[in-house]
Amino acid sequence: MKKTHITFTLNGQPVEVLVEPRELLVHVLREQLGQTGSHIGCETSHCGACTVDLDGRSLKACTLLAVQADGSDLLTVEGLAPGGELHAVQEGFVQEHGLQCGYCTPGMLIRAYRLLQENPNPTEAEIREGMSGNLCRCTGYQNIIKAVQYAAKKLAEGEVEAA
Amino acid sequence: MIPGKFEYHAPETLADAVALLGQYGEDGKVLAGGHSLLPMMKLRFAEPAHLIDLNRIKDLRGVRDGGNKVLIGAMTVENDLIAADLLWAKCPLVPEAAKQIADPQVRNRGTIGGDVCHGDPGNDHPAIMIAVDATFVVVGPEGERKLPANGFYLGTYWTQLEESEVLTEIQIPAFNDNTGWAYHKLKRKTGDWATAASAVVLELDGDVCSRVNIALTNVGPTALKAEEAEAVLAGQVVDENLIEQAAQKAMAICDPAEDLRGDVEYKTHMAGEMTRRAIRQAVQRARG
Ligand SMILES: Cc1cc2nc3c(=O)[nH]c(=O)nc-3n(C[C@H](O)[C@H](O)[C@H](O)COP(=O)(O)OP(=O)(O)OC[C@H]3O[C@@H](n4cnc5c(N)ncnc54)[C@H](O)[C@@H]3O)c2cc1C
Ligand code: FES
Ligand code: FES
Repeated sequence: MKKTHITFTLNGQPVEVLVEPRELLVHVLREQLGQTGSHIGCETSHCGACTVDLDGRSLKACTLLAVQADGSDLLTVEGLAPGGELHAVQEGFVQEHGLQCGYCTPGMLIRAYRLLQENPNPTEAEIREGMSGNLCRCTGYQNIIKAVQYAAKKLAEGEVEAA
Repeated sequence: MIPGKFEYHAPETLADAVALLGQYGEDGKVLAGGHSLLPMMKLRFAEPAHLIDLNRIKDLRGVRDGGNKVLIGAMTVENDLIAADLLWAKCPLVPEAAKQIADPQVRNRGTIGGDVCHGDPGNDHPAIMIAVDATFVVVGPEGERKLPANGFYLGTYWTQLEESEVLTEIQIPAFNDNTGWAYHKLKRKTGDWATAASAVVLELDGDVCSRVNIALTNVGPTALKAEEAEAVLAGQVVDENLIEQAAQKAMAICDPAEDLRGDVEYKTHMAGEMTRRAIRQAVQRARG
């Protein structure tokens, strides 16, 4: 089948790849671009381990054709700490023990990042609803909620300092 | 899991999309949010030779004011329905139901048009569309047709839409001050399809129920319009006794498939209970 050239911005860098139409975005990220942060948990659009941020929205990269990302601006978990310094959501997961095996964590992080952009001061119920597309088999979610709360607080304090 | 081979087309206008569908006939398939179609293609339940992606056609997105109607572009995603003030003002049942569909990521991609056209009895919008008296505007090589939601569903994955037609717009009459509405959906967990759900839209003239639509999700081969249940309430002052009778009539038309969500008896009972709750809430809201 004919391959197509696509270009998009990945974590601030322009990339160009040659893909078959049937290739899913998560496979292209992991196998062609070596960005293995986005995980594949279920491949059936349920678990959210493959979550990426495309043009400012959280999406499941196992349910998007790579050709559909042509021209987009994509952020994956690898782009959260560009200078090596942990993002507030990453720090939150460390401080609050928001992970055990870590398999779901990249998806959790990139989703939590967008959730806090959409709603910087969420209630616990809003966090639970906002994170409901991401499944975790280990933690029981309690510490994930705390991690997001930690990040929300840290981001808000950062804004106070900056102002 | 990777879909089978296909050729990908991304037309930028509706005319181009319709032309491609006309050209490829039954080998062509429309791709909207892909959150029903791509999973089916991965499982090879669907193997279209040509995929016609509607995502680059900007005209098909968004919610517009049509005076006494609300006009919803078929490619509007669930989260944009939820964010549409116009819908909350004129037809709040639609965003209220959209909030109960899937999860945030899926709602960023899944479209109302795809949910409506897929023909899955588990999908929520079909019953909502029947309850709000929606009209579907579809365009094909032969031109445009307008189809009422009531009657659109012929069977599981089977609707009145022809292979070469695209759903472009959904038209919904604006609610009145005396309209009450509710959608009660029982699900095992956030993001699940309904075990059973019931949509109710009614109008009160004083205390008398002057109009009522009741539609059920996931308890039959398609969304079901519970006409005998409606007849119990129409022209009456709705009380608990009538609500019970209507719920019984709704249960009588249920023909759910047994699965992990429950057996036939349980799902039927839950459809009854969702109907009771939805009627009560709709009446309360109609009173204002
Ligand atoms: C984890 C998960 C949970 C879900 N939970 C729910 C739920 O609780 N309730 C619910 O209702 N849905 C649920 N869904 C389904 C989801 O809402 C889908 O997005 C929806 O069913 C299909 O919409 P789509 O835009 O993704 O369409 P697609 O998957 O792209 O298309 C579906 C079908 O409709 C056809 N089609 C699409 N648009 C048009 C058009 N404009 N004209 C003609 N034909 C068209 C396609 O050819 C295809 O046959 C869930 C999905 C997932 C992955
Ligand atoms: S791998 Fe994409 S949702 Fe599970
Ligand atoms: S930490 Fe193991 S799946 Fe979430």
